[in-house]
Amino acid sequence: MPSLKQIKRRITSIKSTQQITRAMKMVAAAKLRRAQDNIIKARPYSHKLREVIRELSGRCDRSMHPLLALREPEKIGIVVVSADRGFCGSFNTNIIKAAVKEVKSLQDIDPTIQLVTIGRKASDFFRKRDYLVLQAHNNLFQDLHFGVAASLGEQIIDFYTSDKLDRIYVVYNEFKSAIQQNIIVEQLLPIIPEDADVDAGASIENLYEPDALTVLSGVLPLYINNQMWRIFLESNAAEHGARMTAMENATKNAGELIDSLTLQYNKARQAAITKELLDIVSGAEGMK
Amino acid sequence: MAETFQLDIVTPEGLVFSESIEYLRAPGSEGSFGVLVGHTPFMTSLNVGEVVVTQNGKERHLATSGGFVEVNPQQTVILAQTAEFAENIDLERAKSALERAKERLAVKQAEADHQRAEAALIRAINRIKIAGRG
Repeated sequence: MPSLKQIKRRITSIKSTQQITRAMKMVAAAKLRRAQDNIIKARPYSHKLREVIRELSGRCDRSMHPLLALREPEKIGIVVVSADRGFCGSFNTNIIKAAVKEVKSLQDIDPTIQLVTIGRKASDFFRKRDYLVLQAHNNLFQDLHFGVAASLGEQIIDFYTSDKLDRIYVVYNEFKSAIQQNIIVEQLLPIIPEDADVDAGASIENLYEPDALTVLSGVLPLYINNQMWRIFLESNAAEHGARMTAMENATKNAGELIDSLTLQYNKARQAAITKELLDIVSGAEGMK
Repeated sequence: MAETFQLDIVTPEGLVFSESIEYLRAPGSEGSFGVLVGHTPFMTSLNVGEVVVTQNGKERHLATSGGFVEVNPQQTVILAQTAEFAENIDLERAKSALERAKERLAVKQAEADHQRAEAALIRAINRIKIAGRG
């Protein structure tokens, strides 16, 4: 049985931990709201971009454009999007697990899969082990703006067009709700176009300047950049959601612990008082 | 009053502009072009440059860093990587970007990096130029 003083000290210590987790939860909630706003703001652009690509790819032969053309997948790259910081439940472990699984399943095709890691957690994990890390990007989420995603998108396109990689996948957390994240594995390059929408294109014969293929070549890199941007926004929102939930649970658990310790403290205090009373009473008895 | 058409300027970071205007001038990759009501459906990519919209007889200037334009009978849409009105341009940031780009161009480096630095330089110069018109 710990002494009164020891219990008291533990309660104080847990209380201050609880204060920290509560503050972190509130910060995460505020950041989550901002991240969600950003997702909503990015929607019109994505929507329009997809529409345009659908229309354009219906007019061009897909083998004409390098970003659309299918190549024999000999060199595979995987982009892993994790977070820079912990304290967000299983967010990072899950994404790393999914990436490891993906590497294993693709190893038959390419035994030397190269990784591009985003976020310190994934970078640290894969660099410490026997993985080929082509690039590691840390602290991108601190100042998240479109330029960050665009420059990364350009580098990834570079890898692809310079034949360093033939096929590029991305593994990331999709924001479902504050308490739920979905792990998504999708192919980034070559681009898999959605089915060309023949009806919509046929009614208006657009004039392309200089021509449809040139316009398409300009649009496809923007599409990749925008994909990266969307993935960053999703992952960012998912991270804050996961952290909010994790911190909420931590706060709740701390509360429960404090309750049970307080009970223990009171019991110990009662026992001490009873013992003292007993001493006094028996002392008084002895005086008689 | 002149006839108007709907113009939407959309960037990945949000809708910048969505109003009726009389005239649009944009820096197309094949040269600057103008759009009035009843323009034929058409689509082209944009260079880094200046977009001018005329609304109620007043001109407003935007800096864009590329993208593309789709003109159709219902509306005109500019999908831009970035688009800022002259009065919203952060001049300090543009100037520091200019310095950074110059520094990077001064050292010898890989072709791709060089191109990127050059593009950054052009964007910075464009922003500074247009900020002066706000």
